[in-house]
Amino acid sequence: MSLFLAGISVAAALLSGLAALAAGPDGLLRHGMLWWMKKAPFRRTRTNERLTPGRFSRFARTAPFLLLGASGSFAVLAGIAALLGGGTRTATLPFGLPWLDWHLALDPLGGFFFCVLGIPLIAASLFGPGYVREFEHGKHTLSVLGLFTGLFVAGMELVLLADDAFLFMIAWEVMSVASYFLVAYQHEHATSRRAAFLYLLMAEIGAIAIILAFGVLAGFGGGLTFEAMRAAAPSPLWASVAFVLALAGFGMKAGLVPLHAWLPEAHPAAPSHISALMSGVMLKIAVYGFIRFAFDLLPSLFWQWGVLVLLIGSASAVLGILYALQQQNLKRLLAYSSVENVGIVFTALGLSLIFQSSGNSQLGTLGLVAALLHSLNHALFKSLLFLGAGAILHQTHEHSLENMGGLIHRMPKVAALFLIGTLSIAALPPFNGFVSEWLIFQTALQAGSIQSGVLRSLIPTASAVLALTSALAATCFVKVYGIAFLGLPRSRHIARAREARHPGMLAGPVLLAACCVLFGVLPTPLINALGTLTQPLTGFVLPNISALGWLWLTPVSPEVASYSPALVLLGTVAVGWLCYYLLYRRTGLEPRRAEPWDCGFGGLTARTQYTSGAFSMPIRRIFEPVFDTRETIEEQTDGPAKTRVTGLRYQFQVLDRAWQVLYEPSGKAVTRLARWVGRLQAGNIRTYLGYSFFTLIVLLWVVS
Amino acid sequence: MAWLMAILQTLLFIGLAPLLSGWIKRVKCRLQNRKAPSLFQPYRDLRKLYRKQPIVPHPASWIFRAAPYIVFASTVLAAAIVPLVAINLPTARIADVIVLVGFFALGRTFLVLAGMDIGTAFGGMGSSREMTISSLAEPAMLMAVFTLAMSAHTTNLSQAMNFVLDSGLVLRPSFVFAMGGLILVTIAETGRIPVDNPATHLELTMIHEAMILEYSGRWLALIEWASQIKLMLYGVLIANIFFPWGIAQTFTLNALASGLGTIALKLAVLAVMLALSEVLFAKMRIFRVQEYLSFAYLLSVLGLLSHIILEAAR
Repeated sequence: MSLFLAGISVAAALLSGLAALAAGPDGLLRHGMLWWMKKAPFRRTRTNERLTPGRFSRFARTAPFLLLGASGSFAVLAGIAALLGGGTRTATLPFGLPWLDWHLALDPLGGFFFCVLGIPLIAASLFGPGYVREFEHGKHTLSVLGLFTGLFVAGMELVLLADDAFLFMIAWEVMSVASYFLVAYQHEHATSRRAAFLYLLMAEIGAIAIILAFGVLAGFGGGLTFEAMRAAAPSPLWASVAFVLALAGFGMKAGLVPLHAWLPEAHPAAPSHISALMSGVMLKIAVYGFIRFAFDLLPSLFWQWGVLVLLIGSASAVLGILYALQQQNLKRLLAYSSVENVGIVFTALGLSLIFQSSGNSQLGTLGLVAALLHSLNHALFKSLLFLGAGAILHQTHEHSLENMGGLIHRMPKVAALFLIGTLSIAALPPFNGFVSEWLIFQTALQAGSIQSGVLRSLIPTASAVLALTSALAATCFVKVYGIAFLGLPRSRHIARAREARHPGMLAGPVLLAACCVLFGVLPTPLINALGTLTQPLTGFVLPNISALGWLWLTPVSPEVASYSPALVLLGTVAVGWLCYYLLYRRTGLEPRRAEPWDCGFGGLTARTQYTSGAFSMPIRRIFEPVFDTRETIEEQTDGPAKTRVTGLRYQFQVLDRAWQVLYEPSGKAVTRLARWVGRLQAGNIRTYLGYSFFTLIVLLWVVS
Repeated sequence: MAWLMAILQTLLFIGLAPLLSGWIKRVKCRLQNRKAPSLFQPYRDLRKLYRKQPIVPHPASWIFRAAPYIVFASTVLAAAIVPLVAINLPTARIADVIVLVGFFALGRTFLVLAGMDIGTAFGGMGSSREMTISSLAEPAMLMAVFTLAMSAHTTNLSQAMNFVLDSGLVLRPSFVFAMGGLILVTIAETGRIPVDNPATHLELTMIHEAMILEYSGRWLALIEWASQIKLMLYGVLIANIFFPWGIAQTFTLNALASGLGTIALKLAVLAVMLALSEVLFAKMRIFRVQEYLSFAYLLSVLGLLSHIILEAAR
């Protein structure tokens, strides 16, 4: 049943791509309709009445998104069916290589990620029709966008369904290449082209690493199906090689430090609903791949791997958020924050690996559950924030925080939804981001049960890094909200912004915000449902998670820690309302409007406000070694001795150190190597004939 | 019964918080050879503020109006889960000490947003500084808390106090370090000297006061009250975690009365120490706060390491 639903979901995604192609300006649908009108002249008048150009273009715009929404809904249904049903459903399709059919399987792990994929997909497909309207009369046709969106989604779903390495890699490549075209959609901008190329390059390098990792297991297991790989028994060294390759490959796609630098270039370049899918969902597919490889396919785990993952995860988390704090472009900032959140997920996975390999399955399971929960939560709130940023972009065409301000007065609904996303991502109770981070802390606090003293002190230190990360994340998103939505508008077009008119542009974020609150307030049923997932992976189900009832979350036992988000919400609302009632409703005076305090000088303008760069300046100064800052001040002087300053130009840039340390040197090395190899190609026909001749001789020598 | 006790304790917490502030002010005045106001002056201030008509600056949105209620509610909820006179109350189960840090973060977030809502330089300045300081203080606080949690094998405050009570008077080096860290964090988070000066409106040195500059009337009263509760919360945390003796373990009248008496005594002593340090030290430059807080972090880490090396030996 679940596999069937998943199949429908994939088919709907593919169909949406085809529908977009057919509805394009040269598409089948338009030709077909013209042909139909010629063929049946007696219906022409009626058809003409019904099918005005406006209606047709609206239909052409909406139909692919309808199918995408259907795909998302079926994905959620399939996911829920797989999670609740437990067990694995398999099927084989007679495609692919002659001796290797496509193996499909849907188990609870895949099912969970189907839910992670489905909810943002529904939201994006609600948001999309309104958002793409501005592209309609642009340079590029919507059919390209629709086609590759469909392929992209179908690729992601097939990755989750794949049960052999061959299909997995095909689906993985479909996902990567389709998203390359989405990043390059607005290719009139040089930055988009550059970002897309970098993205493709990194995706392919990552894919090679994954292929090699699968290759190691396939070599030992004697087959490309996952079943054969599970049976493989590689030596610890080869298992470690496979693990490191998989970590590199999936980590590159997930945007782990130091391989993350492509991510903040590529994700913002795509249209906003695609950015939401890329940041919210595609990174989670990489997380899925890593979990599948490490917890399912590899036969045994070693604590050294856990330490590696923990270190990389912590580094990604804290560096991601530090860089995010210094961005002024809203979508870039959100992309950097994805690096941070993926880092948090991998921190939890590292903890899980350490506990699992040292034989403590209960804590290993807890870490895994925390990682999965954070994946879901990040998918929800990051998509919500990207769609919010998309709404601002659509209404005002403004990227930069430095030009925003006061949007809460102009776009109150978007502002309210964005606030929920902000509070969730800042990990504040009782929203969903807090629950998963709390679970990670609880896992880390059980480090006392580990024998090794080094690990026992490493884990709390990692959790302190996590604490720093979550505090910085709060700073970062308070900055975003305060600068973009509060205060006075910093530019004229922001002051004239309007709420989005298309109802879907609000409905999509509403769905995500509702999920953020729901999973924040009632996380226990969800975590209980994950029992079917953890049982096959770690051999353990969290026994005490609802020891005090479904309102309470007790990760280890009621004595160790308990948290009831529902009661927290209830308490906050009750106390807040009581104060409001007592102070205002009963006796309070009506407040009076007045000018804010201006030190008696008068004339406060938007320019006297704190800017986005100013807000994060203390952090920049404290963590100075992390950043590569370029600050230039140009003075224009005038007068006889050039003493009178007539103008000042101040420029400020914060660059990512990863470029300087890793990307540029390796880029240069590749160029140098290519030049060196290029010496072979002298352009002389005699030399080439010589090469062929020698090759032939060597081959003959080998054969004989 | 137990729930009723918990609610009563929370009300006691809220009610006594201004008294503690009054006491600190009084001690500070005496130390500076000034004539002290009455102990009940903070109550009079609050009452006066409630009667005033509040003023909303023009650029403010609903966040500005809602923030005081949210700040107050989150602080009251935090007060509800910290044992004051008795442990083993049911409210301690709602949230553990990590959630407590989360409550503080929630209140702070809204205060900071309200500071940015008014669109003036002061608001943004205070907000930026507050977030910077708190993002450095939070890890230090969590590390101190983790030291405690790893010793007691729980993050539930009530259980942790039980653990300390049960294990009797033992000198733990880790607790000494953790307490040092927590005290430094307390001073930073409650905006006392040398990090921030609660008594000044000197424009360029303000942190907390800069954010709430535009507040007036009942909203200001709520915020002031919330910060008084927050100060008391930190005091109670230090007093009851590291010296829980005297706290009521049963709900008999005698135990409760002695619990109330001991916590009052402990808080009074802590307040004298706070006042003394405020008189002795001068306020720091803003960019020295990081060194101060990294020292607090270092102390907490040392506490954790000494727990792992010295105490958790198997």
